[in-house]
Amino acid sequence: MLELVTVSLLNGVVYGLLLFMLSSGLTLIFSMMGVLNFAHAAVFMLGAYLSFQFGRWVGFWPALVIAPLACALVGAAIERYGLRRVHPNGHVAEILFTFGLAYVIEEVVTMMWGRNAVANNVPAVIDFPLFTIFGSTFPAYKGLMMAISIAMFVFLYVALKKTRIGLVIQAALTHPKMVSALGHDVPGVFVLVFAVGSGLAGLAGVIGGFMLLTQPTLAHAIGPIVFVVVVVGGLGSLSGALIASMLIGILQTFAVAVDYSLLDLLRALGVAVSRTSLLHEALAVKLATAAPIVPYLLLVLMLIVRPRGLLGTRDV
Amino acid sequence: MSGSTRYVVGLGVTIACLAGPASADVKIAFIDPLSGGGAATGILAQKTHQFYIDAINAGGGLNGEKLELLSFDNKVNPQESLIQLKRALDDGARYVVQGNGSSVALAITDAVLKYNERNPGKEVVFLNYAAVDPALTNEKCNFWHFRFDADADMKMAAMTDVIAKDKKIRKVYLINQDYSFGKAVAVAANKMLKEKRPDIQVVGDELHPLQKVNDFSPYVAKIKAAGADTVITGNWSNDMVLLIKAGKDAGLKVEWETYYGGSPGAVTAIGEAGVDALKQVSEWHRNATPELDATVAAFTRKYPGKENEYTYWRAKTMWEMLAAAAKKAGSNDPVKVARALEGMKMQTSLGDVEMRADNHQVLQPLFVSTLARGVKYDSEDSGLGWKTDAKVDAKATALPTTCKMERPK
Amino acid sequence: MAVGIVLVLLPHVPGLDTDFGRSLLTQMAIAAVFSLSFNLLYGQTGLLSFGHAVYFGLGAYAAIIAMRAINQGLPLPIVVVPVAGGLGGLVAGVAFGAVTTRKAGTIFALISLGVGELVYAATFMLPGLFGGEEGITASRTRAAIDLGFPLRTQLSVYYAVVVWAVFAALAMYAFTRTPVGRMCNAVRDNPERAEFVGYSTQGVRFVAFAAAGLFAGIAGGLHAINYEIVAADAVSAQWSGTVLIMAYIGGAAHFIGPVLGAVVITWLQSSLSGYTSAWLLYLGLFFIAMILFAPSGIAGLFVRHGSIVRTRAFADVLRAYALALVPLAFIASGLVLLVEMSYRLATQPELGSRMRLLWTSVDAATAWPWIAALVALVGGFLLFRLTCRPVAAAWDRAAAEAAAR
Repeated sequence: MLELVTVSLLNGVVYGLLLFMLSSGLTLIFSMMGVLNFAHAAVFMLGAYLSFQFGRWVGFWPALVIAPLACALVGAAIERYGLRRVHPNGHVAEILFTFGLAYVIEEVVTMMWGRNAVANNVPAVIDFPLFTIFGSTFPAYKGLMMAISIAMFVFLYVALKKTRIGLVIQAALTHPKMVSALGHDVPGVFVLVFAVGSGLAGLAGVIGGFMLLTQPTLAHAIGPIVFVVVVVGGLGSLSGALIASMLIGILQTFAVAVDYSLLDLLRALGVAVSRTSLLHEALAVKLATAAPIVPYLLLVLMLIVRPRGLLGTRDV
Repeated sequence: MSGSTRYVVGLGVTIACLAGPASADVKIAFIDPLSGGGAATGILAQKTHQFYIDAINAGGGLNGEKLELLSFDNKVNPQESLIQLKRALDDGARYVVQGNGSSVALAITDAVLKYNERNPGKEVVFLNYAAVDPALTNEKCNFWHFRFDADADMKMAAMTDVIAKDKKIRKVYLINQDYSFGKAVAVAANKMLKEKRPDIQVVGDELHPLQKVNDFSPYVAKIKAAGADTVITGNWSNDMVLLIKAGKDAGLKVEWETYYGGSPGAVTAIGEAGVDALKQVSEWHRNATPELDATVAAFTRKYPGKENEYTYWRAKTMWEMLAAAAKKAGSNDPVKVARALEGMKMQTSLGDVEMRADNHQVLQPLFVSTLARGVKYDSEDSGLGWKTDAKVDAKATALPTTCKMERPK
Repeated sequence: MAVGIVLVLLPHVPGLDTDFGRSLLTQMAIAAVFSLSFNLLYGQTGLLSFGHAVYFGLGAYAAIIAMRAINQGLPLPIVVVPVAGGLGGLVAGVAFGAVTTRKAGTIFALISLGVGELVYAATFMLPGLFGGEEGITASRTRAAIDLGFPLRTQLSVYYAVVVWAVFAALAMYAFTRTPVGRMCNAVRDNPERAEFVGYSTQGVRFVAFAAAGLFAGIAGGLHAINYEIVAADAVSAQWSGTVLIMAYIGGAAHFIGPVLGAVVITWLQSSLSGYTSAWLLYLGLFFIAMILFAPSGIAGLFVRHGSIVRTRAFADVLRAYALALVPLAFIASGLVLLVEMSYRLATQPELGSRMRLLWTSVDAATAWPWIAALVALVGGFLLFRLTCRPVAAAWDRAAAEAAAR
């Protein structure tokens, strides 16, 4: 029992940090610009493919730097040449633009690398057991992922709260005209924010690419959960995103370990539900089978009960 | 005309620029995943079927007519499959080939039955090369469906025969995909283990969502916590590769008894950790007999590369049997070919095969094999390849059937 | 009336009189109803929903269960099955609408996304109700009574679907003309003011939501009849996204817009995928282009041109368009060459690098097609920018003339 709990906790933390890596960029973009960037997961996938390709040409460590930079450039281009034209048409048009962009990026990736998963294997240099706990090994690349994720959090936190440019960014969100009047280049700030957000997605993609399978459906596989994290964590809050990712990661991992259902709970309390009743099937669902909907349940509940999320500083 | 009427008429004219001329070839519709979680196996299967169709065409075709393969992507969705099936039928396809996903196969066999009832004279035949839910040749059997792979029960019988002889196996964990096939595997495993080795304890019976799990670490943690020494799984494509990957990352030391351990990417994922641990039940493997060399070499010449490793031996059996049936019937009409295909016997490099007339299930030799070092041909450039543990002859794989087939007059 | 005649004759037009053509028309009709129901929320009430497929799908499930009951003896004709679909969609709309219409804007969009994913995942968890991965199948011909109209052929299915579709479209049009429908528009344009006038914005949104659910459910019922299978795809995020694209591309500000969008997108999905494996890329690019350059959709384009069509300067506009068409053709050719060659090399290398594109034979392994494509793309783009001025000038003249009338 202790073994299962410890290993599940560890797995949950790893998964949570992976989600944070993915959603940190989206939090930045959403909080700073109000743009619900549907293409974020697609840029993550692009990062995975680019790191695979660059890794083949120059090795893993250089790719770890080049791929995110390339994604940042892509993000800057998206904002400068695409979104900037769409901003005046309102938030809906922005959302739809990124929505279409997600399709396009996915297809471009297929066009360049094919429909099969590419052999994006864990680089040998980080493919060894870091330590062993209760007989289960913990691979080094997961440790690297955790380190990068925490580093991302620290970097963003310091950049936003302690530096001047961070203050300008935060101000530009709520009072763009005033900030512009003070002489700051607000459109330029937006390009920077989008670029950094996309670069973070790309960095997440480098690691995520070999933790998951690098194929064109990667964006669809991981995209929806990232939105849940951002919204549950609260807009404008980096710490909220971290807490939400950990919460979802741990909850979902633990849920898989639980083979009991509401029916079992009721039975333990002495309540019997007849087999033929309509509720029987719904109550008999094991928590392990219900694990996939846990994040969405959390999302819907959060939006109904507390729309600004856990630590949100502003309403959506 | 009012504004909206103008739109409609304009649209009508625009839409009317669609036409699909019919041709004299025999059209075969291939409906399988060409994108998404099943893409690796679907695309490989498509190439394999195309390879054999090309071979038939090079030999003059079937009864003088050339075959044409039309491919449709269904992403392993039954609803999408029926949409694609409609398109295929409208394109003039008379034969439908599918295999990845019993959920899809069940939908197709039902749809084909309805179509044939409503369109006498335009019947189609469904050639199922990989969907192994036993129901398709038992309670859901029909005259138009032919299965060219051993069903889940037949494979489990072969697997449990080998397990029964291994006294080291004490605790078995079942993990399968949550749909008709995965559930069938779990049911068969429970039943046959109890019959053949009542002392074996089934310590887990897990069903996970089909092609939706990205990270199997939580499941691996459960397997470990249950103390299992063996895992039986019917997982295929991404689900197989990711499960194995998570197991290797966590240092899970179990015997993997699988149906699709040969899925593209699985051997690479497990590597050395799989030696003497990864086993599969299949109708062939690369080191089964040297007589396979010519076939595999010809395929590899046309489709080189690791992701194109020859996998579908049963496709060869399928096309050869179909060609023989067409020749025997003297016609490419699906009804006549189907009648000729029933009960057909053939000899192959691996042994005798037979298409049962009572339920349209093929009987072919089955191999239980293990990943090993030092074999002649390795898999996916890993240095490791398959080695036969046991071979079951075609006739011995047969199981009783509940099929009550209605035949056309 | 004219519309009715066109719809009756359409499946007999050569080219459309095959089963495929009629199938396509049926699909378009179903998509049109679904798209119109989506626009009740978006275009009429300003609620952007990313999970509208939930109501379509739940309606479809209700309908297919009803079909099964009819197969097993329930004495009703199959053609009333969409009523069950509508009821299913309505019940779902009322249930979910009660909790999700409290806020509009981005929150509503996110909630709809969450509900959509929730319902999609839930269908797999309750296989007894939803049929699991396999879905639920039924037969559209096995019924005790059929009113002399058995749905054996695709043609008969088309007529049944089209009758329902026209009825649904007329009902939705009528809805937009009622006071409630007008209030929906008011709530969309200025929620604060609407509150001051005395209407509860949440109440109005709720009514719109329920109505949208009802009609989406009817579309789901038609889907069940046409395909005889309903699986989790019917509630998927992808289907929700598709209907959004349809409504937006067609033009959400006009009632007929979603119908245009449904027709165009269905046609693209069906036919284009037969010509090229890159069709989804072209669709995505087309969608982005519409957002950037024609946010009011196809209907919007028609209307804008409608205002200048009778002016004398219109001929100038057409001439300017013809001028702009040349560089556009270059851009399109360059793009198609690049895309198709890349797809061939990446996804089907075994077919070789020789291909037939744009009526010529090219070998993707050589350099010249790539260079030619790049030149066409870049050159076309530069030329296009040059033609923007004459087009804009012609438009100005035409608009001024139209305004002067």
